[in-house]
Amino acid sequence: MITIRRLFTHIEDIFHEFGPVVPKPLRRGAIAAVMTNPFAGRFVPDIAPFMEELKPVGLMLAKKLIAGLQCAAADIQSYGKAAIVGAAGELEHGALWHAPGGYGMREALGWKSDAVTGGGAQPGNALAIVPSTKKVAGPGATIDVPLTHLNASYIRSHLDAIEVRIPGAPAADEVAYILVMSLGPRIHERLGGLRVDEIKRWDGQR
Amino acid sequence: MIAAIRKIVVQIDEVRTEMGRAVEPPTRRAVAMAVIANPYAGRFSDNLDLLTSIGEELGGLLGAKCVEALGIQPERAQSYGKAAIVGEGGELEHAAALLHPKMGATLRQAVSHGAALVPSAKKMGGLGTAIDVPLGHKEAAFVRSHFDAIEARVSDAPRANEIVVAIAVTDSGRPLPRVGGLQVHEIKGQDGLR
Repeated sequence: MITIRRLFTHIEDIFHEFGPVVPKPLRRGAIAAVMTNPFAGRFVPDIAPFMEELKPVGLMLAKKLIAGLQCAAADIQSYGKAAIVGAAGELEHGALWHAPGGYGMREALGWKSDAVTGGGAQPGNALAIVPSTKKVAGPGATIDVPLTHLNASYIRSHLDAIEVRIPGAPAADEVAYILVMSLGPRIHERLGGLRVDEIKRWDGQR
Repeated sequence: MIAAIRKIVVQIDEVRTEMGRAVEPPTRRAVAMAVIANPYAGRFSDNLDLLTSIGEELGGLLGAKCVEALGIQPERAQSYGKAAIVGEGGELEHAAALLHPKMGATLRQAVSHGAALVPSAKKMGGLGTAIDVPLGHKEAAFVRSHFDAIEARVSDAPRANEIVVAIAVTDSGRPLPRVGGLQVHEIKGQDGLR
């Protein structure tokens, strides 16, 4: 059922935003799989099983994005996800991405399930919920994908967003599933709040 | 480096199916964009040499970014194109100074060789303006399967005193080309046209 028509990768290096040029540019990126929406054009009550089929897509996109960012998984500091559903689909088709996109990306970034760790708070990678946006839109629509720190959602320096746009997609019977990652905080972050070295609870939030 | 670069964006667009038909191998197009300060913003200057030198730098830098993103040897690059979007504090001639005098030579080095004209587009624009970068085969401009274009756009650029400079490189033509014309295997490669 998985038919990927296009893979779209976006990598950006930010050197400054009218402040001092940073010694190492901030690198951020996005990847999108433009796929056939198997539920386009009609109401299908039982769509949830498709999430299982999307799991390998989530993992594949996460690994491809890390490769595109030319870094190790451990270098990723924040993440987010999104879906743009073409005109013949419904918003719920975008929601199919939550579990396979989120867990696929977290798995690629070192997260271990409760079944492996025995549960409870633990220092580690990718503990935080993956923030997301979704919309139904036409080809070339833009979507602002939120970014938050992958271990603690409340880290203020990493609250960010990246705009994603795939020229010519999604067509009416398509859906674009998107993952985004950043190697650092906002380029000139200076608003205080919870810092990365202050993470204590390891509950994915603080 | 003469260019004051705020941001570099690289995109890779890989097409695997079209109208339900597999594209084997997938077509892959890269576009690399630099957001630079316009040294002539807000004033008329007869001499545009700074932008010409920046164009020379960026031809090599952005051409290499595309080749690297495609993960190919430079010889494997098949088509190319270039474009610029000038923020409202500049003028269209600033794009011409970047694109035309010296950019082609360094871009051709980045893709190992190129006998054909590098097709180009230019416009004035604001933040998030998109430009369609024309693409043509790098050895023979008349190869019909490689007539194409790819959009370039940076969501927060160009500011009024900035210019977005884009270079596109592919390792393929259009997906499922079937409108005839000069074919890749028919390239003579002498005049850059056929």
